[in-house]
Amino acid sequence: MKALLVGECRDGKLLEYSYELFGFASRLGAETAMVLIGTEGALPSYGGTVYLADAGRYGEYNPDLHKRLVQAAVEREKPDYVVFLHTSYGWDLAPRVAALLKAPQVSEVVALAEGGFERPCCSQKMRQVVKPVGAPVVLTLQGGAFPALVPGGTPQQEPLEAEGEARGEFLGYEAAVRKGVDLTRAEVIVSAGRGVGKKENLPVIAELAKVLGGEVGASRPVVDSGWMEAGAQVGVTGQTVSPKLYVACGISGAIQHLAGMKKSGFIIAINKDKDAPIGEVADVLVVADVMQFVPALTAKLAK
Amino acid sequence: MKILVCVKQVPDMESRFRPDAAGVWYAETDLAFRVNEYDEYAIEQAVLLKEQLGGEPEITLLSVGPDRVVEAIKKGLAMGADRAVHVRDPEAHLKDPFQIASIIAAYAKGEAFGLIFTGMQSLDRGSTQVGVAVAEALGYPCVTTVVAFEYADGTVTVKRELEGGVKGTVRLKAPALITCQLGLNQPRYPTLPNIMKAKKKEVSVIPVEQLLQQEARLVPAQFSAPAKKGGGVILEGEVADQVDRLIGILRDKTAVLR
Ligand SMILES: Cc1cc2nc3c(=O)[nH]c(=O)nc-3n(C[C@H](O)[C@H](O)[C@H](O)COP(=O)(O)OP(=O)(O)OC[C@H]3O[C@@H](n4cnc5c(N)ncnc54)[C@H](O)[C@@H]3O)c2cc1C
Repeated sequence: MKALLVGECRDGKLLEYSYELFGFASRLGAETAMVLIGTEGALPSYGGTVYLADAGRYGEYNPDLHKRLVQAAVEREKPDYVVFLHTSYGWDLAPRVAALLKAPQVSEVVALAEGGFERPCCSQKMRQVVKPVGAPVVLTLQGGAFPALVPGGTPQQEPLEAEGEARGEFLGYEAAVRKGVDLTRAEVIVSAGRGVGKKENLPVIAELAKVLGGEVGASRPVVDSGWMEAGAQVGVTGQTVSPKLYVACGISGAIQHLAGMKKSGFIIAINKDKDAPIGEVADVLVVADVMQFVPALTAKLAK
Repeated sequence: MKILVCVKQVPDMESRFRPDAAGVWYAETDLAFRVNEYDEYAIEQAVLLKEQLGGEPEITLLSVGPDRVVEAIKKGLAMGADRAVHVRDPEAHLKDPFQIASIIAAYAKGEAFGLIFTGMQSLDRGSTQVGVAVAEALGYPCVTTVVAFEYADGTVTVKRELEGGVKGTVRLKAPALITCQLGLNQPRYPTLPNIMKAKKKEVSVIPVEQLLQQEARLVPAQFSAPAKKGGGVILEGEVADQVDRLIGILRDKTAVLR
């Protein structure tokens, strides 16, 4: 069994989470080869074959050509699996490769299952097992689901080229907006989620943060609706924090939020839904209405 | 220009999910359905573009699914779409993302849409495949995970969102397909007059058999709750009591109250 792993580069560097692909391949018990659209400086610590296409020529975001490059490597390696990470690069490119290869694609795999793969559904509340029909099978892996593995060694490079029309023009990266408090230094963070209900309720969250001597964070919808500024957002597309105490108020626990706070020392979640996925990482899940529980907690703590 | 917006109806995610009789997806009993959150951004972006272009583009909504999806279609029409296509399929939940995309592409093929908007994923299945697969089937260029959109003279300039809040700017020419990410715009609430107007808009129904030409590449085999590995304490009951118990735990297990 063979897996062709598609690594990721940004700004000329290999993204560290690319090593999770090796972790997955080892769980699968598959031989490996890697495709990388990057530079020699981005080669992984890995003794196998790396099909290296020059990012200078093909660009870091150029899916029309990247899909052809992956296809060219597939033709040479004849893998059973073509494996991406479920990231902005992977979920963009994988379906295009699947279309070219006329292959099934299973997205956001979290585990191997009998004859198929397990993946989350219903906003991470549930799990689904699906069985792919046909080969090769295209997979994207949920970040963190398979621990990273650094195989070690120096890769055997194989140059990779492809022809094709690139229909989009990549104009460059723009750094994240970082305004307001630096949450990464906070020892206590109390975050507001959509379950807080409305902007007018936010002072209740701020008051709890104050009695605990902490800062206020937010989930994405709270920022998207303009209730709080972007700097407060915790998660994959916001800040990654690890305070001693994280209090999630009315936050469901989407994987993208968890990625930014699950390393916190102690996690309290306040949610009226006992099955909310935040329960997976919470040390304490208080099943209650935020607007009833939080003011009561603040009042008691203030005494 | 003609614009297509693909819309899915999904259950409220605060619902309690139970397996259906076959044990491969959720049972629909007791679930409340709504427009997929990501698709609301897609509808809004199409309507904003129509407004920008002085009302010229015609916006068609398309939804594949059982009869209940008409409610989602109505909401999109009330937000400002002009007409809708309901691809009637009581078994849409058993189709894989590739089949759903093929159905949409089979409809869109002859229609020469200048722009197609979809959500970047659905809340229930979350495959992130359908939009891209529609673009591939139609031979349209496509950008996913879009958080900013501009259009001028047939050129689309978008920002796609990457990890860590970094954005990448991409420019492309219509026809093109855009998959919309949360925060792209502020989806409007339909007003009462617009809800009334929407009732008169055309909704054509196409049985799925007319558009489905592809075999499934994925077979759904099981649907279940994840194995609980959390092991955290769950506090239920009266608020006053919950507060006391939580403060007790904070004293025992953390240093924040010292
Ligand atoms: C590529 C990508 C990147 C993303 N990046 C991020 C990110 O960086 N950060 C982030 O947070 N999200 C991110 N998201 C969005 C993420 O998927 C979720 O949509 C988001 O985290 C949900 O926020 P929420 O939990 O506040 O809202 P919801 O998911 O709507 O949850 C609200 C919760 O509040 C509870 N609730 C409702 N009312 C009450 C009440 N009165 N009392 C108590 N509880 C109540 C509900 O039970 C529910 O669990 C990203 C998504 C994508 C696709």
